[in-house]
Order: sequence, then structure tokens, then C-alpha cells
Amino acid sequence: MEEKTLLSVKGLKVKFNSHLIIDDVSFDVERDSTLAIIGPNGAGKSVLFRAILGLIPYEGTVTWAPKVKIGYVPQKLFVAKDFPLTVAEFLRFKEGDNQKIDEALVSVGFKENKTKLLKTRLGTLSGGELQRVLIASAVLGSPNVLLFDEPTSGVDISAEETIYSLIDRLKKEKDLTIIFISHELQVVYKYADGVLCLNKEKICFGPPREVVDKESLAKLYGEDVSVYKHHEH
Amino acid sequence: MNTNFAFLLFVGALAGAASGYLGSFMVLKRMSLVGDALSHVALPGMAIALMLSVNPILGALLALGLAVIGIWYIGEKSEIYPEALVGIFFTASLAIGILITPEPELLEVLFGNIEKVTGLEGILVIAASLLIFVVTKLISNKLALGIVSEDLAKSEGIKVSRINLIYLLLVGLVIALGVKFLGTLLTGALVIVPAAAAKNLARAIAGYQMLSIVFGILSVVIGIFIATLAGISSGPAVVLVAIGFFVVSYIFKRN
Repeated sequence: MEEKTLLSVKGLKVKFNSHLIIDDVSFDVERDSTLAIIGPNGAGKSVLFRAILGLIPYEGTVTWAPKVKIGYVPQKLFVAKDFPLTVAEFLRFKEGDNQKIDEALVSVGFKENKTKLLKTRLGTLSGGELQRVLIASAVLGSPNVLLFDEPTSGVDISAEETIYSLIDRLKKEKDLTIIFISHELQVVYKYADGVLCLNKEKICFGPPREVVDKESLAKLYGEDVSVYKHHEH
Repeated sequence: MNTNFAFLLFVGALAGAASGYLGSFMVLKRMSLVGDALSHVALPGMAIALMLSVNPILGALLALGLAVIGIWYIGEKSEIYPEALVGIFFTASLAIGILITPEPELLEVLFGNIEKVTGLEGILVIAASLLIFVVTKLISNKLALGIVSEDLAKSEGIKVSRINLIYLLLVGLVIALGVKFLGTLLTGALVIVPAAAAKNLARAIAGYQMLSIVFGILSVVIGIFIATLAGISSGPAVVLVAIGFFVVSYIFKRN
């Protein structure tokens, strides 16, 4: 593995029972880059994440650079509304220092009303709040790579900042490599320097403007790709 | 109140505290029914120990240890929890246990008899309760994060599977300790009911665990007093007090 390579995936295969979910996928991720993983629902994007995190069994090799520290932001948490756990307690699983927790919350855009937020139950947060708390938790571990699984439903952040501009800012502030799953092509063009198109197998891989074309999109999403066209700038 | 009774009360309170603390995680893990019925498994172990003239707590410990490893293994290996299978296994243990337990001891083994708790057993409960508190405290953050999201916990390098096994073994231990007081039919309830009551009232996990411990202690202490005064078995008395706490907490449940 080369010095600048952070992650190298070779011949990755994932099976659930005898059903093949990911078939022979290989790609490398360079340090300080931003890689987007796109594909239709059920293409195996989240499964790919779980495999490279070592959460599920797989065939093939997944090699992380030595001493890499991964921050993982899952798509969602299944926490009931009455689950007795506050945001403060959740973040303290990661970090005992209140000052650092405070800084992490500011960095994900919680500037005011932090005391109220900290006392709020995790299960009662809105989708956007939960996403940001999860990112804060990931950032608290001082990672050098952030794996971000986009929620399927649209998430409301603030008027000024989307979850992607937030991640982009964190990348610059904290010197991070970012791997994210997205459903929106426009986001990929705007924030990613690399894209992996996935639909069980690797459809395309490389810089978005070079590899995402009509042919690969047709392979990825089916023949009718006109709906995606207006996202191209 | 003589010294012996005070000692038993103290030992019982400790067992109640340890049950409440461990139970708080069991309820969050949605394993209430398992926790509740797990104590049934102790019965055949105690019966065999009685037949061999060994201390029944040893038999209970061994049987619960095996059952816990079984439950852990099933939980690790299957996506969907085989509830029915676990239920059938527990009931089978109970049925077999009732058949092979010597008649004179049966009532005591099923419902507990605090007067039969020996000094040595008391000391065992004290030592084991301390062990439970220390170990649970050490793993509590990892355990809780594993309940919130197993993926998140694993992605941070937490050995979720190992933590779960340690935790379930502690549950087996606390149930074995409670068997003498409450009997094999009802000890599991002391793990679940105080925690379920605490969950109705608490907002944060710190308060939830504290309340669960307090309800565990109060259930045992008040229950033993009532049992002694009324001359009834300690098991039903303690569990009914705990259920009383649950009913009241349910009325005041936060929305």
C-alpha cells in the first residue's frame, strides 16, 4: 500500500445467507480526499460501509493505513423516545471533558441553547439535530477519517448550512479524509473529488466529472436518467 | 430486631441493589422477559445439588451460567431473537426442576425462605454484590453504547460480544444470589421490575440507574419486613412490593 493511500479495498464480496449483496468491488481512498459513494436504494452502499468498518463478515481484503482513527456517522439510530439517555450522556461515552464536548457541539453548528440540548433525550431529537449530534460524537474521537452515511429522508439543518457544507468545513478544520454515502448527485459534484458508483458491483470509480456520464448513470439507476440531469452544473 | 435479622436485611438490600443496577441494562436491551424467566433455569441445578447434598446456590450458579452462555450464543448468532425457543427452554427447566426437587424443599426453592439463609451465604452475597457493582461500573459505558448502537460501539473498537457475555454472566450471578431469598420463580422479577419502574420516571441514564437501585433496595427491605410480620414467603412479598413501585411509577410516568 502506498504512503498516500488511506484505505485499500480489494475484491470485496459480501453475502447475506447465499444472497450476493456486494460483488468484487475494489477501490483505493487517498489521504485528505473526499470520496462519495452513490447508487440506488438497495445497491449495497451501507453494507459496503459496514464491511469496511469490520462490522460484518466479508470476503476480499480491506486494508486501512496504520494508526488510522475512524469516526463513523451511522444513517440513523434506533433509539426510542423514552430511552433514558441524554445528549450529554451519549457524548460522554466518547469524552469525559465537558469543554471538549462543548467545542464539538459548536463545530457542528450548535452555537446557542447548548444547556437545553445537552439535557434533551437522544430519542426526542429531530433528524437534523440527531445527525449533528452523531457527527459531534464522531469528531470527539479525534478521527482522521470520517465515514458518513446519509440518512434516506431529507434532513433539515439550519438555513445557512447543509450537512454537506458542515462536513466540508470540518474536513478543512480538522484535516479529515471523508467517505460519504449520498443519494444526491449535485452534492457529489460539489463536494467530492472521487466517486464510487455502486450497484452490487462497481459501476464507475474516479473523479465525478470524468466518470459519471450518461452510460454509468443508466447502469446505476436504470435507463431513465433525465431526472438526474438537472443536477449537473 | 435481632442482629441476625438486621444482617439478612442488609444482605437482601445489597442483592436488591445489584439486581436493580444490572436490571437497568436488561430492560434497555429489551430482554425483560429473558431476565424474568431466567431464574427458572436455576431450579434443576438446585435440585441436583440438593440430591448430591451440595449447597443449592452452587447448583443454581452452574445451571444459570450454562443458560446464560446459551442465551448469549443465540443472541450473537441469530438476527432475530428466538423468543419462543428461549421460552420453551425455560419452561422445560422449570418442569423438570419441579419433578426432581425433593418434596420437602420444593416450596422453599420455588418461593424462597429468608430464614434459611446462612451466614456463609450472606457473606457470599456481599462479596458477589461488590464484584457486580465494580465490574458493571467498569463496562457500563461500553454496554450502554452497545445498546444504543451496536455498529457505533463496534466501530469504536468495543468488543460488544465480549461485553455482552460478561454482563449476562453477572445477571446469572445476581439471580443465583437472589434464589435463596426469593425463590426460583420470582428472583428474575427483582432484576426487571425495579428497572421498569425507574424507566417510567427517569430522563437520563444516571438517574435511571440510581432509581432502579433504590427501588431494588426498597423492594427487598419492605418486602422482607412484610413477609416476616405476616409470616409469608419472602419471594412473593418482595416482588409485590416491587410491582407496587411499578404501578405508582406508571401513574406518574413522564410523557
